[in-house]
Amino acid sequence: MRKMEAAIEVAGLQKSFGRTRALDGLDLSVATGEVHGFLGPNGAGKTTTIRILLGLLRADSGIARLLGGDPWRDIAELHRRLAYVQGDVALWPTLTGGEVIDLLGRLRGGFDPERRATLLERFDLDPTKKGRAYSKGNRQKVALIAALASDVELLILDEPTEGLDPLMGAVFRECIEEEREQGRTVLLASHILAEVEALCDRVTIIRAGRSVESGSLADLRHLTRTSISAELVSPASGLAELPGVHDLQVDGNRVHCQVETDELDEVLRHLSSAGVRSLVSQPPTLEELFLRHYEDDVAGDGTGTGTGSASAAGSVSP
Amino acid sequence: MTGLVGTRALVRLALRRDRILLPVWIVVFVGMAASSAAAGLDLYPTVGSRVMAAGSFNSTQSLVALYGRIYDPTSLGGIAMIKMGGIGAIFVAVLAILIVVRHTRAEEEPGRLELVGATVVGRYASLTAALLIALCMNLALAVLTAFGLIAAGLPADGSFAFGLAWAGVGIAFAAIAGVTAQLTRSARAATGIATAILGFVYVLRAIGDTAGQTGPRWLTWLSPIGWGQQFRPYAGNRWWVLLITVGFTIVVAVGAYALLARRDLGAGLVQDRPGPATAASTLRSPLALAWRLQRGGLLGWAAAFALLGLVFGNIASSVGDFVSTPQVRDFITKLGGEKVLVDAYIRVCLSVIGLAASAYGVQAAMRLRSEETGFRTEPILATATGRIRWACSYVSVAIIGTTMLVVVAGAGAGLAHGAQVHDMGDGFAVLGGALAQVPAACVLAGIVVAAFGLAPRLVAAGWVALVGFVLLGELGPLFGFDQWVMDVSPFTHVPKIPGTELTVTPLVTLTAVAALLITVGLVGFRRRDIG
Repeated sequence: MRKMEAAIEVAGLQKSFGRTRALDGLDLSVATGEVHGFLGPNGAGKTTTIRILLGLLRADSGIARLLGGDPWRDIAELHRRLAYVQGDVALWPTLTGGEVIDLLGRLRGGFDPERRATLLERFDLDPTKKGRAYSKGNRQKVALIAALASDVELLILDEPTEGLDPLMGAVFRECIEEEREQGRTVLLASHILAEVEALCDRVTIIRAGRSVESGSLADLRHLTRTSISAELVSPASGLAELPGVHDLQVDGNRVHCQVETDELDEVLRHLSSAGVRSLVSQPPTLEELFLRHYEDDVAGDGTGTGTGSASAAGSVSP
Repeated sequence: MTGLVGTRALVRLALRRDRILLPVWIVVFVGMAASSAAAGLDLYPTVGSRVMAAGSFNSTQSLVALYGRIYDPTSLGGIAMIKMGGIGAIFVAVLAILIVVRHTRAEEEPGRLELVGATVVGRYASLTAALLIALCMNLALAVLTAFGLIAAGLPADGSFAFGLAWAGVGIAFAAIAGVTAQLTRSARAATGIATAILGFVYVLRAIGDTAGQTGPRWLTWLSPIGWGQQFRPYAGNRWWVLLITVGFTIVVAVGAYALLARRDLGAGLVQDRPGPATAASTLRSPLALAWRLQRGGLLGWAAAFALLGLVFGNIASSVGDFVSTPQVRDFITKLGGEKVLVDAYIRVCLSVIGLAASAYGVQAAMRLRSEETGFRTEPILATATGRIRWACSYVSVAIIGTTMLVVVAGAGAGLAHGAQVHDMGDGFAVLGGALAQVPAACVLAGIVVAAFGLAPRLVAAGWVALVGFVLLGELGPLFGFDQWVMDVSPFTHVPKIPGTELTVTPLVTLTAVAALLITVGLVGFRRRDIG
């Protein structure tokens, strides 16, 4: 029964703090068993959404369902089934890391001591240090181990790798892969796009308290453009007239342009008819998509910058 | 001096943060001093009345231990300002400690100083800024207090001496706090050590002042509080004593700079030892966590309260000793004998204990807020722990801790007094009187909890209420406030035992008020946003 439901279902969520509107009709849907990336620039409302899902904040309006329950009302029952890692972990100065891991695990309703020991070793954490003596990265590890060692259905991670070194970032990725294999659901709010690309089945991108994109990575790649640099035998003509070609630069026999993924085939055909000497193509990255939303932000809402904000604003249904 | 670069910016930042705190404190201090002087003028209008009062004061060991000695029985300032010179100086010292720690270690602990330190700020800038602010604040306090006292009708030279005596204590403790801020990683511990030193030198002074001709009178001269009193405002104004304070301050401040030069940012000289790798099996509830976090502090408070109780109880039976003149003895016998005096003294001591215990309750209940603003509430509330259960844990520690401190001090006082009069019945009466303080003390913690639930930014209302109630209790009778004003303070309603019949109704009412405040706070907390 439960398996069939979405783990997280948020629709039209609104939340204001005084005059600032933090969430403005946000939608988010996380299916059970998936690793879901939650992306957005600073202040977009990621943490606010998570805090509403944890029952720490009360939404002004909109729907928020978590594991089939009401996040504000059913706190004790829901929280037994999830673990949370906050973005900037604060520890009690006089408690050791080991004590915090045990305490949080017990308050959640139990944890696996063997898994705790393995995780301590994998993350290379000294559990005997006092909270105030840990660096930012090590505080993050304490919270991560406490969350990963508990037997829960849902992990809510708010920028969990901020402050971890690349080596530990890799360990974290392994751990999330294992969680996925065990059928756990993960909501991963992050800034690190490589991490999201490597881990997530689906992503939701939000901006200014609203969801602007949601879908699988393949869906989103569809909206992005491949960068093409080619050296041709003869100068290409008519490229500019083709649909889906952007930022075209022609320098004699050299051509550089951005091509919408759907039109790639047609453009390549056109290039090869002119004779290709060399070709460099860069696959679309999430970063590019992400940056386009950032740029829109800078340019001002909705006015567009000629880079195709219309296509970015259209959402893709999975 | 590249180490001092940025001091000016830090001073301005600190003054901006303290723009309300500092003026309010200075006004409170000046007001306390001036109203004391004005009240003295009313109470002892003639030289004769002063000589008599000062004589009995100086021959009462307990009063001398608590406040110090009156050095010129004929002067109005001597008797009017004796309490302010002793107890007031403690408050001045506490304020200096708080200011220096607040702008040094308390900034360094959460890494805020790193943020500032990464800009163009020298290594010694933050300590220098903190000490400069403490110095200027104390000098301003000295001058304004002197003006206040002169306005109240005391002689100018003595008033300036009094202001400088206060400032001297404050400056000396600013330097001491400058040192303790270098020793530990935690601001709480730095404040704690400095406060412990303050308590220690106060006791040194008390022993020195009460010592006989052959006793260790020199101990007074080892205490910054003692220097303040040996300045002898209104009794000769020994200005040269100021040199001792200045010399001491310079030496201690140099020590603080030397320690600062030898340590890393964020580190203390006292290194953390590793702790247990796994939690004790009892650490499995929010209550266990709240207790674990506060037990060390509570044990420290309990030790201080036990000592306080023993000292109070020990002195109690000697209160009647000063009744030297036959007329006064006759008067007191008519009132009901020496026992009346002893009981009255015990009640004063117990009310001091009650106020001090409520101060513990206020700071323990404020832990709720500091845990929340320190982002340490979220990890707990993200587990299966409900909000009410989490909040109740801290409330429990506040209430049980307050009760425990009153019991410890009451038992100490009862034991010491019972042993002196060879009657443990009297001892139990003292303990009973102490217990009567508990409901009123809990009302203060209740005020904090109510604020925490309804208007979390205003949790400091607990301190405001406590200071207000203390001032009301001290100044209300002097100014003849109406009864309804006095009734605002929960401490007005504490039954006057030992000495009179126990009335239960006020205790029940106070308990109900405390319970109501806590309930209101918890309900508000359940409904509001966290953070």
